[in-house]
Amino acid sequence: MTEALIKEYSSPGRKGYSLPELDVPEENPGERLPEGTIRKEAVELPEVSEVDVVRHFTSLSNMNYGVDSGIYPLGSCTMKYNPKINEDVARIPNLANIHPHQKEKYVQGSLEILYELKQYLAEISGMDEVSLQPASGAHGEYVGLMIIRKYFEKQGEERTKVIVPDSAHGTNPASATMAGFDVVEIESNERGMVDLDSLREAVDDDVAALMLTNPNTLGIFEKDICEIQQIIHDAGGLLYYDGANMNAVLGYARPGDMEFDVIHYNLHKTFSTPHGGGGPGSGPVAVKDRLAPYLPAPLLKKEGSEYYWDYDRPDTMGKVHAFHGNYGVMLRAYAYIRTAGGEGLKEITENAVLNANYMKHKLKDTYELPFASDSLHEFVLSGSRQKTDGITTANIAKRLLDYEQYAPTIYFPLIVKEAMMVEPTETENLRSLDRFIETMKIISREIEEEPELVENAPHNTVVRKLDEAKAARNPDLRW
Amino acid sequence: MKYISNTPPEQKKMLQEIGVEEISDLFQAIPENIRFDRSFDIPEALSELELMDLVQEKAEKNLDLSKFDSYLGAGSYDHYIPAIIDHLILRSEFYTAYTPYQAELSQGTLQAMYEYQSMICELTGMGISNASLLDGASALGEAVIMARRQTRNSRVLLPKTVHPAYRNVAQTYGEPHGVEFLDVPLQGGQLNLDSLTEELDDDTAALVVQYPNFYGSLEEMEKIAELLDNQKKTMLIVVANPIALGLLTPPGEFGADIVVGEGQPLGNGVNYGGPNLGYMAIKDDRRLLRQLPGRLVGKTEDVEGEIGYVMTMQTREQHIRRGKATSNICTNQALNALMAAIYLATMGKEGIQEVANQCYQKTRYLITRLAEIEGVEVVNQENHFNEFWLKIDSPGISLEEVEQKMCEKDILAGVNLTEMTDQEGLLVCVTEKKTRQDLDNYVRSLEVVLND
Repeated sequence: MTEALIKEYSSPGRKGYSLPELDVPEENPGERLPEGTIRKEAVELPEVSEVDVVRHFTSLSNMNYGVDSGIYPLGSCTMKYNPKINEDVARIPNLANIHPHQKEKYVQGSLEILYELKQYLAEISGMDEVSLQPASGAHGEYVGLMIIRKYFEKQGEERTKVIVPDSAHGTNPASATMAGFDVVEIESNERGMVDLDSLREAVDDDVAALMLTNPNTLGIFEKDICEIQQIIHDAGGLLYYDGANMNAVLGYARPGDMEFDVIHYNLHKTFSTPHGGGGPGSGPVAVKDRLAPYLPAPLLKKEGSEYYWDYDRPDTMGKVHAFHGNYGVMLRAYAYIRTAGGEGLKEITENAVLNANYMKHKLKDTYELPFASDSLHEFVLSGSRQKTDGITTANIAKRLLDYEQYAPTIYFPLIVKEAMMVEPTETENLRSLDRFIETMKIISREIEEEPELVENAPHNTVVRKLDEAKAARNPDLRW
Repeated sequence: MKYISNTPPEQKKMLQEIGVEEISDLFQAIPENIRFDRSFDIPEALSELELMDLVQEKAEKNLDLSKFDSYLGAGSYDHYIPAIIDHLILRSEFYTAYTPYQAELSQGTLQAMYEYQSMICELTGMGISNASLLDGASALGEAVIMARRQTRNSRVLLPKTVHPAYRNVAQTYGEPHGVEFLDVPLQGGQLNLDSLTEELDDDTAALVVQYPNFYGSLEEMEKIAELLDNQKKTMLIVVANPIALGLLTPPGEFGADIVVGEGQPLGNGVNYGGPNLGYMAIKDDRRLLRQLPGRLVGKTEDVEGEIGYVMTMQTREQHIRRGKATSNICTNQALNALMAAIYLATMGKEGIQEVANQCYQKTRYLITRLAEIEGVEVVNQENHFNEFWLKIDSPGISLEEVEQKMCEKDILAGVNLTEMTDQEGLLVCVTEKKTRQDLDNYVRSLEVVLND
């Protein structure tokens, strides 16, 4: 059953809110304000009751699917279970109901939490100083690259290029452009890793940085990381670590020890904060000491037992958020790290990698596995073996929905044809993994035996296959 | 708790299937010399009870807004939040989902975003809204880059009446793209129109106007619109407080090209400034639409003609266009946008007007009462929405002392402007949550503080 738009429930004069009666004298605001600044007509918002709103959005929620509904194997998105206690922590009134302009002395408890979070993040990554300001992973990338920009500016060096492997997330080249760099893309080798010769060729005096995801988007650890960092650093460039895949290495390897200079984390991936249907996330940035002066202002510091925001940062790259970033998300990540404990974080990674390898092993005979190197927390299959005139990876993804399971990330990374990028995460149990594996096998059989079933999928969802081309051709973006 | 459900025997079974002995065998690709060979220096795991004790203990070190009568605003606003919002967003099908890549199983998020986009358009008087950006300040940054691209010009007029943090963020965003920012100075609590007239030229990519502005005043929007009418190449970017738009003429009617702002006042808590949501709406212009950053949801139909919603115009976005995308934004503030949508639906046509009116009237009342006190001046006493610029000229007491003494009376009197600008005074914010008693108490307390 689809659901009407909220405005269709509207009836003139119906109300869904209550406010106290105005208890001060009322004036006509138009008398004092500049000419023409009072609205002539009321905003055309719905006129609905509270019950209307509750039923409407409850219906909408029933047309949605989250991690709590079942497996959500979106590769590189780390859709792990979002612990409920963390929601409670973020809603503790003393923590939630504080204003960003309150003086530091009134919010010491929150600053203590944020400061400890910074310390844990630095320890986990082997970096020296952390800014919590970026509100998403891409925001973190942008900040990281602006730090690099500022660093070279201070060194009096003009470096204009950023190298990005062709397997990288789209945000990497986009962030480099936002930060004013030219993007140089290098090809991966036959094992799905950075090709050292291509890298050497691409490196010159104009290169400011290499952006690397490790393990990369194929889930493969860049074994040559030591050579890679040597090549970049020898040429005077810096190394940027995209933390999207950090769930693969907790307790096993740290970007700081791999000689990365700047990194970002995704608290909404590795550290379990809910993805919210697309956000909010949080993308803290960490750097080695020599880059610390360029971090965003203000920076959280501690003196004695007092926590404070340091605004006196003359070399800062600037500011990217009106306040201190997605604080509510940080509280949840803090709770997650404390409940997992230092040892627990390692076990989390171990089980994420075990789950992914189990699935890969069970599916590699049915679906093509183009890059067979050892992979960690995620792997990329190709639907090319199943591909026919009428059926592509997109159809396989849609058919999964009929079995009430979310689909993997598809058509990414771009270096794999008909790609399906699968990341089960550590919170899936064996039963759920087996169910997904079995479903993928059934779909492969269906393609042989009843192709139209897959071709016309989905059948059991609230709407059938939607016409995306029509949506883009004649954009209908509002009522 | 690690939320891992596989037991050791199950793990063993899985390892056997894979054909390795130990879990650590799966990590052989990581070179020995960079292996992390010790334990994290992070405290041991806590149970739920221990965790709650720990965070409660830390939380006790805060004095939250319930302990004060707060008049803090300046970009983060403490409005009434209908109870249903938190109940609805806790439907886990919403908050544990991600970006709706598989539309057919994500219709809830998609339709809610379409409704959000529609209501933002209604509020701003604009044609098209995206599905949210990271916060109000970064939304301004994105708008500036957009104007730079669209006009190919580099000058952006960024008046001193725009929120200082927004100015800072816009400058950070604009700098790599060669944007040249020019100040327009203050005159009273408004931007100086003469200076603006002087600075506007054919090479100006955009003028940014905050509405109401940082000091709480409304700019002369009609006059500004007229100026820009003669300067067609310059884009008008308006940073608008969405609650104020319940009462004020929508920026669309002044010819705004891009309207951005902080959506937090719409049903989102103060939360120490985040997560908030940036909104962005543009005029209905296909060429400009192609420059829009962020997710967009469009209406379409399925193979049987049933109405449905999808993410659309994705060729603007980083996952398709990579280095040539309109922005790098991927994750946005979808759940906060959902909260804003629920808020707008709940308050509705009458409610948004009533909230805005109460904000105005209560601010008006406080300003009127403050006029009775000697040594106190409200710079924009005739021109305000729900914030005003309070100057204190009382011998023998500094602004900091006033703040401190008001605090001792459990009143957060306002944001100290000297901390953020080159001006002196307090920026005082009044929302519909204030009662006449609160406001009378503010006046009485200030009087006592100044005469003590």
